[in-house]
Amino acid sequence: MSHPEHAHADHGHAAHGDHHHEMSFSEKYLFPTDHKYIAKQYMLTGMIMAVAAGFFAYAFRMQLAFPGMSVPFFGVVSPTEYNSLVTQHGSIMVFWVAMPVLIAAFGNFLIPLMIGADDMVFPRLNRLSYQLFLLSAILVVVGWFVPGGGFGGAWTSYPPLSAKAEYSLTPAGSSIWLAAVAVEFAAFLLGGINFVVTAMNARAPGMKWHDVPIVVWFICIASILFMASVGPLIAGAIMLLFDQQLGTHFFDPVAGGDPILWQHLFWFFGHPEVYVVLLPAIGICAEIIPVFARKKLFGYRAILYTGIATGVLSFFVWAHHQFVAGIDPRMANVFTITTVLISIPIAEMVFLYIATLYGGSIKFSVPMLWALSFIFCFLIGGVTGIFLGASGADIYLHDTYFVVAHFHYTFYPIAIIGTFAGVTHWFPKLFGRYMDEKLGQIHFWGTVLSFNLIFIPLFFTGLAGDHRRIYNYNNFAELGTPDLQWLRILATVALVIMLIFQVLFVYNFINSIFKGKLAPTNPWKATTLEWTTPSAQPGHGNWTPETMPSVYRGPYEYSAPGRDDDFHPQNVP
Amino acid sequence: MLHLTQWLVVPASTFADDIDFVFGLIFWMVGFWYVLSNVAFFYLLFKYRAQPGKKALYVTGTEHDLLKWVEWPHYAIIVCDIVIIAAAVKVWYEVKQDLPPADAEVTVVAQQWAWSFVHPGADNKIGTSDDIKTVDELHLEVDKLVHWRLQARDVLHSFSVPAFRIKQDAIPGRDIMGWFEPNRVGTYDIQCAEICGIGHGIMGARVIVHTPEEYAAWVASSSQH
Ligand code: HEM
Ligand SMILES: [Cu+2]
Ligand SMILES: [Cu+2]
Repeated sequence: MSHPEHAHADHGHAAHGDHHHEMSFSEKYLFPTDHKYIAKQYMLTGMIMAVAAGFFAYAFRMQLAFPGMSVPFFGVVSPTEYNSLVTQHGSIMVFWVAMPVLIAAFGNFLIPLMIGADDMVFPRLNRLSYQLFLLSAILVVVGWFVPGGGFGGAWTSYPPLSAKAEYSLTPAGSSIWLAAVAVEFAAFLLGGINFVVTAMNARAPGMKWHDVPIVVWFICIASILFMASVGPLIAGAIMLLFDQQLGTHFFDPVAGGDPILWQHLFWFFGHPEVYVVLLPAIGICAEIIPVFARKKLFGYRAILYTGIATGVLSFFVWAHHQFVAGIDPRMANVFTITTVLISIPIAEMVFLYIATLYGGSIKFSVPMLWALSFIFCFLIGGVTGIFLGASGADIYLHDTYFVVAHFHYTFYPIAIIGTFAGVTHWFPKLFGRYMDEKLGQIHFWGTVLSFNLIFIPLFFTGLAGDHRRIYNYNNFAELGTPDLQWLRILATVALVIMLIFQVLFVYNFINSIFKGKLAPTNPWKATTLEWTTPSAQPGHGNWTPETMPSVYRGPYEYSAPGRDDDFHPQNVP
Repeated sequence: MLHLTQWLVVPASTFADDIDFVFGLIFWMVGFWYVLSNVAFFYLLFKYRAQPGKKALYVTGTEHDLLKWVEWPHYAIIVCDIVIIAAAVKVWYEVKQDLPPADAEVTVVAQQWAWSFVHPGADNKIGTSDDIKTVDELHLEVDKLVHWRLQARDVLHSFSVPAFRIKQDAIPGRDIMGWFEPNRVGTYDIQCAEICGIGHGIMGARVIVHTPEEYAAWVASSSQH
């Protein structure tokens, strides 16, 4: 691979000609083309949506712990509302929190900065992708308030329930939700193209493929997975929309359609989607752990290849969600094999992360705590997945709370822990100031301990037979026992505690933006290129022509022999 | 707590123990790796915490003497994977692919939001005039192998009997066949395990496993109506 042209060199158009020019308010915050501001837009939108989705979890968990109560700030949760709350919680967390924050916010912020480019190669496309995303977010919110209420057919939206208003009883909500999802997909298609093209073409002189930081690789792989898997589902979503609104019968068994077809389309996308959000989060950890362990990443290439292998394999496992859905039972054997085999690259990756700690000089700063807790929690998510991938055991476990607990042990580390890790680590670069370390530590312990107390009990209620999406377990003789009810109450109380701890984060975040201690250019003594730009860059463009970096080595040269200091930045000859 | 299978619903069918065995096998295997990884993780965190005057090592992850610590566990995991796959497929075959000869047949119909059942009656044949129809109550005879035919009227539902360790989605327009053999007298939950609208949370039924005498008496009393 020859050294690619410098991105900076071919930015001829107006927005780029004048570096660091003062931007107007609307140029900066409303309609920016600068990747850093677009990143912040995505981050803020994602965090606001997270508050909504977290509130929904609070409302439906309260109903489960104390059935029939009038939930403070919500009221009594009816069965219809319960279904909507669960559906909107799940789809928002995945599509409007994990995706925008992990891929779009961190991808936008980090890719140009880490590869030494002044911006994405298609800045206007970038702006359009955010605007489409915002439109989709507005649409999904509108869907809560239409007559009939928000869609409540689960985030998987299986027809015929989702296809006919007389079954779902949400004539408008279903279609608005589906349209919102489709627009969101389109937004991320545009974003994904931008990420991949930028990483391919705009790297600093000297930056070879194996000098690219893991998180950049992983966001690009994630974007490719997304683009390769979402096409069929966009088509499927439009077919479902036609079924809902025009009376077509693509998924209607009564008229010869096939509801299982939707499940294939959904999960052919839905399973890779899990890795689409996993890879950026685990990539963030790959950046943080070397910095705070002062250690080179153990096996850069092996980690990269396990990431690629996981991505490729993730296209061949989708039907593990459908073992008992009425597919040919012989197919289950194929998908059990592929599913259990995916543990091979993933386990390898986790081992390599743990091995990176060997011989380190580990400082337990807040970003490092988050990254380490990611490994700890994700490991639980990983091992419990084996139970579900094993077809024989899944007959019992499918659609129980064991599944809910399992995937929250993957999604929560990804969406919440990964986000906190990234935000606390790059905060000095995002806003030019430090976050408060003491508050950060308290917030970390409060969040991670209570998270575990939410979901460990739910493994047990799942084993005892609790099925998903049930608004009151006392309707079932085997489930309405006091023992199980105590576990449900424990999970809910832990959730309330966890939510209260988030006030600390919001305070710390906002306060530090304005009043935090000023941070130097490279506060963590890190090696990657983003730490060579001035903190809280004033305007469009990241480097001046004179300071534009060239790259001389890989991204994780910590504690190299023969140097006085313990890090050797990529751009230092 | 240590043995997770204690948490499962009391098993009441012939293949329930086989499914629980797979569960237990996976539990011990992944439990072993889980504990081992955590021991390594926390040991390294403690051993290599930052201490004044101590510099970190420079290793790249290509050193063979170090790499073996990652590689050997990794090979061992592949072996565990194969064992788990074999156990899972064996039970899957038994429960879902195989259809052993039946002593009786029942029809299970799911609809928003009730279960209805057709029992064969005194002639032990479905589709005859002495069939016994019930709603939200399935009657079975202990130690008799039953074929069930599963249908749905409107949307997807899922026929789940946790005590029997059976679960199967019901699809409108299709008949899905399966089997179980209850081996424990008692009354157990049937739950709908696939979201099916606002009544999903109340879509339960009961299965009553009778002794042969009780079952005969039930058939006799139900046929009179
Ligand atoms: C804030 C802490 C969270 C709590 C307490 C929580 C709790 C729950 C519970 C109890 C359910 C099952 C509800 C039911 O089936 O009746 C659920 C569903 C779900 N959650 Fe969460 N969750 C949290 C965060 C997240 C995050 C961060 C994600 C993903 C990024 C997520 C994604 C989902 C999805 C996809 C579903 C399935 C929705 C469906 O069945 O349609 N959750 N959540
Ligand atoms: Cu999956
Ligand atoms: Cu149901």
